[in-house]
Amino acid sequence: MESMGKVLVINYEKCTGCRLCELVCAVMHDGISNPTRSRIKVMKWESEGLYVPMSCQQCQDAPCMNVCPVKAISRDEELGRLVIDYDVCIGCRSCCRSCVAVCPFGAMSFNSIDKKVFKCDLCDGDPQCVRFCEVDAIEYVDADDVSLLKKKDAAERISIAGKEAAALAAQV
Amino acid sequence: MPLDRKIAYIDLTTGDIQTKPIPLDVRKKFLGGRGLDAYLLYNHTEKGCDPIGPKNTLMISGGILTATCASATARTHVMAKSPLTGLLGSANMGGFFAPEMAWAGFHHLVIKGKAKHPVYIYIHNGEIQIRDARDIWGKSVTDSQWAIRDDLGDQEVKCCVCGPAGENLVRFANVMTGIKNSGGRSGMGCVMGSKNLKGVATRGTMDIKIARPTEALEYNKRFIDQIVSAKVNQTQGALGTPFIWGATNSWGGIRTRNFQYNQCEYADDIEPERLDEICTETMGPYHMAGCFGCQVHCRAQYKIPSGPYAGKYDEGPEYTSQGAFGGETDTPRAVTVLTGNHLVDKFGMDNLETGSLISWAMELYELGIITSKETDGLDLRFGNDDAVIDMIERICYRKGWLGDALADGGIAASEKIGKNSFDYLIQVKGMSNLHSDERATPGLALNIATGSRGSDHLRSRPAIDLYHLPEEVLRKIYSNPVPYDGPLSSEHTEYIGKPWQVFWQENCYMGVDCLGICKYHTTFLGATLPNFEDWSKVLYYNTGLEMTPEEIWDVAVRCNMIERLFNLREGLTRDDLKKGDMLNHRYFDEPCRRGAIDVVGRKIDKKKFIQMIDEFYEHKGLDNMSLLT
Repeated sequence: MESMGKVLVINYEKCTGCRLCELVCAVMHDGISNPTRSRIKVMKWESEGLYVPMSCQQCQDAPCMNVCPVKAISRDEELGRLVIDYDVCIGCRSCCRSCVAVCPFGAMSFNSIDKKVFKCDLCDGDPQCVRFCEVDAIEYVDADDVSLLKKKDAAERISIAGKEAAALAAQV
Repeated sequence: MPLDRKIAYIDLTTGDIQTKPIPLDVRKKFLGGRGLDAYLLYNHTEKGCDPIGPKNTLMISGGILTATCASATARTHVMAKSPLTGLLGSANMGGFFAPEMAWAGFHHLVIKGKAKHPVYIYIHNGEIQIRDARDIWGKSVTDSQWAIRDDLGDQEVKCCVCGPAGENLVRFANVMTGIKNSGGRSGMGCVMGSKNLKGVATRGTMDIKIARPTEALEYNKRFIDQIVSAKVNQTQGALGTPFIWGATNSWGGIRTRNFQYNQCEYADDIEPERLDEICTETMGPYHMAGCFGCQVHCRAQYKIPSGPYAGKYDEGPEYTSQGAFGGETDTPRAVTVLTGNHLVDKFGMDNLETGSLISWAMELYELGIITSKETDGLDLRFGNDDAVIDMIERICYRKGWLGDALADGGIAASEKIGKNSFDYLIQVKGMSNLHSDERATPGLALNIATGSRGSDHLRSRPAIDLYHLPEEVLRKIYSNPVPYDGPLSSEHTEYIGKPWQVFWQENCYMGVDCLGICKYHTTFLGATLPNFEDWSKVLYYNTGLEMTPEEIWDVAVRCNMIERLFNLREGLTRDDLKKGDMLNHRYFDEPCRRGAIDVVGRKIDKKKFIQMIDEFYEHKGLDNMSLLT
């Protein structure tokens, strides 16, 4: 049975901070290398070795869609994504009621070269960031499976902890 | 377009800044990165100039493919006349600096003169400023970069800087970016410090239009699949470069106690798996980091587990730090290696040169050539971990007689120490050897003897020689893109065919350095990895520049020749132990004492070695005095 669309799942612990996702995102969409054109952005705390890729969550109750004064943002149910209709979009971005301002993840950006707002469109179902990320820090999975994967990770941690505890107990 | 990135000529004495485009015919002759740097160095540096005087010229660059959709185009190249060797100074580092500079509009910087007080250069979207760095001077490598970001109010700025070692004119100070990415060897940080230049900061948001984006993207994907399928890169991505040290030490290819032994015993605590355990314990299971656009992710993250620097975050250690602060000094303890690595990163000092000189001083101390008078009471015997850590700081801050002497490099220190100290100095052209021992591998010995920046494993090493590949496989690799039907041997202890392999590798490595790609993405450690054939396509898809594999080979040959001509101009003579293509006598006189059956008892046959050099010169188009024919 077809699921209700897939979602991007980011496991920041796996991210190596290489930013290849930013590069391929910009090249795929605009034919240009420039990370400011990327829909995904790796936020870094270099002195701690922490890298966190940030992208659009395709929210169910999406603030960007709700706030848009001209109703340019709508949900594409087939791909489970929010899309911008550029024929309608007026490119507002500084007012507190613009999509750029209200997104809690900073995932809606404004491209000052092309004068357009932009966000992740899941590359029409073949996200290039996922395709190029060899360490699987970004995955494209069925929405229904997201919590299942999390459950599996957590169960693995619990099981390892259990084994270690048993081993420690055996040593005493 | 990548080809519209510019060169900036910056005079720190006058404050004059000029930007110029790079003409297409110059691109076709030198591409960019190291190759174009060599051309600029030759033309912008006067013969015989003082390496730490205002007339030396410092080049900082990215390759022609930097920040494009080719794989791992992260490399920044730094070049000047070396204050360590008086010959070519050249260093290459990963990280994120060069791509950012490319997005800011520049591929090459040519920095001359000397500022009146400490400054840094800021490059932002086509604009260049020289800014006050008096408050930043004296800070460590990382603190300097964070201070520059704060000064500019922009946390996305990328910097390359010199640390305290560069400011103190340690002759082997690095230019560094990020936590540990080092433009190491040959003292480029010292040149930076001598110009009162704390560093260069850059931030760019300018488009680089990819000539054929769909093809570039798909070819990149193919490249990546090829690169990550290589076993060597998978191991590298899990354990970092320490795996190389582990493998070569078990075989007997690591020098220990300066050059007395070729295998470090009782080294379990610094084996790659042990270091990986520490990384896992302190940083979690996913502790490998990558440079821009690279899937090899060979940079481990760690915190020092114990000792006076416990809890400090750093990256690496590369196998060079394992060799420098574990093997050579015979202190094979993880905490010593990790602490030593952290200190040289913080100071901005070459790990390899530092460890090598400390181990040399240790041998001199045990022989009585230097005493506690020269060491200011430090017990400099092999195996003394505290002394190793102490000496690193003494060198950076030129503390004590020996610290100050070693900070000037091995040859200058040997002249100060006198007696027969020079005989024990393991160096070529004034630069210390890597921690590896090449007595069982004549091809690798030829590589370190003839490397353009002095003893070096990253300029022409035929590393795949150790894999014993079938001769037909070797021939397939080494007869492209130009034909070669001379001898080749799968046997690493042989002398035949090695000069061609070293010549081929010299051109292969020059190729990647001109393109701005990492060496782990070419025929260095992985025999199946891309080279000239693929570069021709990747260059076309990304830049639109049409060049055949043979034409790229010609560029590499040309650029290597410029480096050789620069060295000849600055005094290279063939057999000169201090400025020539010659190895320390111990390679010829002392056989390996430890190791596997194909290693123990081996030494380099001098007569055959000299024949190899003759043959290597012939391939390069030089006469037997190393002069252009």
